[in-house]
Amino acid sequence: MERPRGTMYTHSPRVVESTNSMAQLLSRPPRHDTLAPPIELEGVTLRFNQGFALKDIAFSLPAGQLVAVVGPNGAGKTTLFRIIAGTLRPDSGSVHVYGHGPGGHVCIAYVPQRSQVDWSFPVTVTEVVMMGRIRKLGFFRWPSRRDWAFVRQALDRVGMLDLGDRQIGELSGGQQQRVFLAQALAQEAEVVLLDEPLTGLDLPSQEAIFTTLNDLKEDGVTIMVATHDLNLAADRFDLVMLLNRRLIAFGTPDEVYTRSHLFEAYGGSVHVISGEDGAVVLADTCCEGEEEHQRHE
Amino acid sequence: MSEILGWLAQPFGYAFMVRGLWASMIVGIVCPILGTYVVLRGMAFLGDALAHIILPGVVIAFLLGWPLAAGALIIGVLAALAIGAISKRAEIKEDAAIGIVFAGAFALGVALISLQRSYAIDLAHILFGDLLGVSISDLWLMAGLGALVLLTIFAFYKEFLVLSFDPILATTLRLPVTFLQNLLLVLLAVVIVISIQAVGVALVLAMLVTPASAAYLLTRRLPYMMLSAAGIGAFSSLIGLYLSYYANVASGPAIVLAETAIFLLVFLIAPGRGVMWSRLRKRREDTMVS
Repeated sequence: MERPRGTMYTHSPRVVESTNSMAQLLSRPPRHDTLAPPIELEGVTLRFNQGFALKDIAFSLPAGQLVAVVGPNGAGKTTLFRIIAGTLRPDSGSVHVYGHGPGGHVCIAYVPQRSQVDWSFPVTVTEVVMMGRIRKLGFFRWPSRRDWAFVRQALDRVGMLDLGDRQIGELSGGQQQRVFLAQALAQEAEVVLLDEPLTGLDLPSQEAIFTTLNDLKEDGVTIMVATHDLNLAADRFDLVMLLNRRLIAFGTPDEVYTRSHLFEAYGGSVHVISGEDGAVVLADTCCEGEEEHQRHE
Repeated sequence: MSEILGWLAQPFGYAFMVRGLWASMIVGIVCPILGTYVVLRGMAFLGDALAHIILPGVVIAFLLGWPLAAGALIIGVLAALAIGAISKRAEIKEDAAIGIVFAGAFALGVALISLQRSYAIDLAHILFGDLLGVSISDLWLMAGLGALVLLTIFAFYKEFLVLSFDPILATTLRLPVTFLQNLLLVLLAVVIVISIQAVGVALVLAMLVTPASAAYLLTRRLPYMMLSAAGIGAFSSLIGLYLSYYANVASGPAIVLAETAIFLLVFLIAPGRGVMWSRLRKRREDTMVS
């Protein structure tokens, strides 16, 4: 299911769900059930050709957690995020975000892989961040002074205030990623899904992103990050979700990184060396970003 | 000096040239502004297809004695929906679906015209425009529809921006994506209808794509891209009219040739993105390395 950018005009009926009717267009997003978990999946299954892209995924996340989603290429990380964001509909199972289906929420921010963004598009950093606010603005209304102040504040929080007038292609990889974090801030997102945000970034850029993520976490935002880096996932995240079409394990890094779990996810392609205090993971043989949806088409 | 002014003013001593100027200005401004979305969303093939699909609509409207614009609009909107429906059956890829509808409808249009030899319907005028035959009532219709298109673009500016930049973001922001996509298609059909008189269905693609692509190379923000595309379109229309008057070139092709020339110029020398610019930069980098 490739994004339609730069390709033919696409009607992609399966991607765009539930937001199309005029009734929905005029209705307000449902009020959050604050007692319900931010993200709750039950038996989520998506078929793909003869097999499964995702099979029987079930989990529930408490608010304010920083969760790493790891697994080999084609494990379904992007697909999972797109289902939670409500841009793909599973064949069966249910998705609840704060007690409601994802379709009506404006509080979910999905940050795509950098390779999926058209960086030569004629927009500035500030304009991209403002995009996060347009549903709040509503139709036929232009951003007010308050909205611009909000956007500036979001840029300030990710340390990009002085780059607001740049065209988005004129930024480094880490800065590009932070633009989208600022967009999520401007959107006042309560669930943030980041697809491979750390791939290809140097350490200072990764640090800058973690600073913002921890900042968001303090505010009670629930964050899921897809990554290939098993060590980073263990070091910097509260919870780790090990995925390979099925949910193999979910919990603290210690609970998840056992020999049998990792073997189940990666087969022989991950080297595990047992240290004194549990497993030490050496490497996932995986490579750069391109996720499973290439093959989805 | 006054000679040059006289030379410039002379064509517009004729009423049909003045009407042609107005018509070409409307098309030269409205098409490129909508064209920025066509270029940014990669809808060029669809735009061309829609233009050709409209042919049978024009012919049928003519045979039934309806206003041509009405027939064209109905067919244009129907075709857009048909393409959507065919490509929803995932067995057929979307560009193939567009191709099927496009070629089939165009053949139907030409067939209908060939059956009606005795009628005074001129295929060449529909294909390549008849700018100098524009009547006052045509002009009012073009101005009204053109203003409607610009107003709609203005009203949905931020939604179209998000949809063009990132359709997935548009979905997670719960924008009415299908509604906006269809609205863009309807705008495209309207713009093609008002362009038939000026450049014809075979060349309207150039009005949509060429000035907007030149503007894309020159600017880094969408509002400026729209403004410069409109500027290039309007200027090309003027040049095209002079070419038509003094060199006796058919006016539609003359306008398109002017646009193409401007694009090539921009493509060569645009600061930052042009061919010569990147050559220069490459050479500078090479010398710095060595």
